[in-house]
Amino acid sequence: MTQMVIIGGGQAAGQAVASLRQEGFEGKIVLIGEESTLPYQRPPLSKAYLSGAVPAEKLLVRPEKFYEDRDVEVHLGTTVTAIDSDQKTVTTADGTFDFDKLLIATGSTPRKLTIPGSDLKGIHYLRTMADVDAIRAQMADSKRLCIVGGGYIGLEVASVAVSAGLSVDVLEMEARILQRVTTPFMSAFYHQLHESRGVKIHTETGCSGFRGTDQSVTHVQCGDAEIEADLVIVGIGIMPNIQLALDAGIACDNGITVDDHCQTSHPDIYAAGDCTNHPNPILGRRLRLESVPNAMDQARTSAANMLGGDKTYAAVPWFWSDQYELKLQMLGFSADADAAVLRGDPETLQFAQFYLFDGKIVAVDAVNSPKEFMVAKQLFGHSVAAHDLANPEVDLKSLLPSV
Amino acid sequence: MPSVKFIEHNGTEHVVEGNNGDSLMVIATSNLVPGIDADCGGECSCATCHVLVDSEWLSKLGAISETEESMLDLNPDREPSSRLSCQIDMSDDLAGIVINLPEFQY
Repeated sequence: MTQMVIIGGGQAAGQAVASLRQEGFEGKIVLIGEESTLPYQRPPLSKAYLSGAVPAEKLLVRPEKFYEDRDVEVHLGTTVTAIDSDQKTVTTADGTFDFDKLLIATGSTPRKLTIPGSDLKGIHYLRTMADVDAIRAQMADSKRLCIVGGGYIGLEVASVAVSAGLSVDVLEMEARILQRVTTPFMSAFYHQLHESRGVKIHTETGCSGFRGTDQSVTHVQCGDAEIEADLVIVGIGIMPNIQLALDAGIACDNGITVDDHCQTSHPDIYAAGDCTNHPNPILGRRLRLESVPNAMDQARTSAANMLGGDKTYAAVPWFWSDQYELKLQMLGFSADADAAVLRGDPETLQFAQFYLFDGKIVAVDAVNSPKEFMVAKQLFGHSVAAHDLANPEVDLKSLLPSV
Repeated sequence: MPSVKFIEHNGTEHVVEGNNGDSLMVIATSNLVPGIDADCGGECSCATCHVLVDSEWLSKLGAISETEESMLDLNPDREPSSRLSCQIDMSDDLAGIVINLPEFQY
C-alpha cells in the first residue's frame, strides 16, 4: 500500500492530510508532529488565544475525530531524528517509517537571544500553543511586560497585554517598528496607535541583557538604561526549520528549496509552509514566507503532486494582523512600489494605502477596510488611476474589470 | 447532532453532521466538503469560504456584519443569499440547513 508521511504540526501539515484524503488518496497517511497537539492554527496564538477569547480546540485545523474517521496514523510529541532519502525512511524515537512520498512541513523556530540573563525565568518566545499557555499563566500575575522586537507578533501581544491592564514597553532596534515589513507611513500609524493606547515604544533600542532576582527576570537592560519588567516576550524573527532536510542532502538556501510544484531536490520529497524557499511566478522571484495562506496553498499543491498531479503554486502573498479593534489586511509587498495612494483617513482608523509600480497595483495595506483589500486582490497587476483610488467618492466596484 | 446539506456547484450533495457552535465553514472542512478554501481559518479575513444559503433558511440567520458585507460586496458571484460560512455558527435552529457552494472561491 502506498504510504505518505508528513512531518509537522502546523497548518501546512494539517491541510496536507485533509487534501490528500480530499484528492481521493486511500493509502496510509502517517503524521508525525513534534508538539503534543494536533495540527493547529498559529495566527490566533498572539491574538484571540492569548486574550482567552478562543479555546484551544477551536484552533485545530481539523478536529480530533477527523483523524480517526479518515484513518490517519498520528504520532504526536514525536521528534524526527533523520530522513534517509535513499532508503526513503523517516526515523523517530517511536520507530522508523517507510514512505513513498514525504512532505516536510516543519515550520520555523523563533530566533533566540543569547545575551546575559537570557535564561532567566519570565522570558518567553511565542511560537507554540505551549508557549502561549506559559505566557498566559504568568501574565495573570504580571504587571510589567517588556516586548523585545517591534514586529507584528510583538505588537499583537502588546495590544492584548495593554488591554488586559499590564504596563507594556516595546523595544525596537531599528529606527521604526515594523521596519523590515512595511513602509514608514504604516510604521508611524501603528507607532502612534500603540502609544495612544498606553504602550511605550523605544526605537533604536537594543536589548543588551536581563537582570533578575531568584532566577526570575526583573529588568531588561538596554545599554546603560534599564526597564523594569516581570514578564518578557521576545519576538525578533524566525528561522526556517531546515536541519532535517539539510542532513538528508536536500538542497536548502534560506529555507528548503522547492520548485513551483513544492518538490524539493529529491523527487519523492516535498515541502510546504514557512520552511520553504519557493519561486513565485507572479512576482518573478523566490520567496520565503511566514504566512498561513502560503502554508495552506503549498499544502494543497504538495498533496496533489504527491499523488501524481501537476499543480503549480502561484499566488500573490497576503497577510493579516489584528491589533486592538483594527484588522490589517496586507497583500503583496509595498517595497515593490514606486508610488503610494492613500484612500480614507488614518485618523478614523479606517483607511487603505495602495501601492503602485508603474501605475499598476502591487500591494495594499488595508486597515479596517476589507473592501479595499478585496479590490487590491482582484486588481493586482492592473493599471488603476491613482486619483480614482484616492477618491472616496469613486465606488471601488467601478474600477473592477467588467465581467 | 444537527445536520447540514452542502450542495456542490456540480450538484453533488453532502449531508454531514456538525456540533452546535461550530461554524458552517468548520463543519464543511471537517467533513472534506470540497469548494470551501477557508484560507484564513475563520477570521473573516479572506472571503474564501463564500456560500449561497438556501432561500428558505436565510431569514433564520443572524445579521451580516459590516466586515462580512464588505468582503462579499466585490465577489463576482455575489447573490442576495451570499454569506461567509465562517460567520455562521451551527445551532438547533439551523438543523437541516441547505447550503449551495459557488463554482469558485476568489
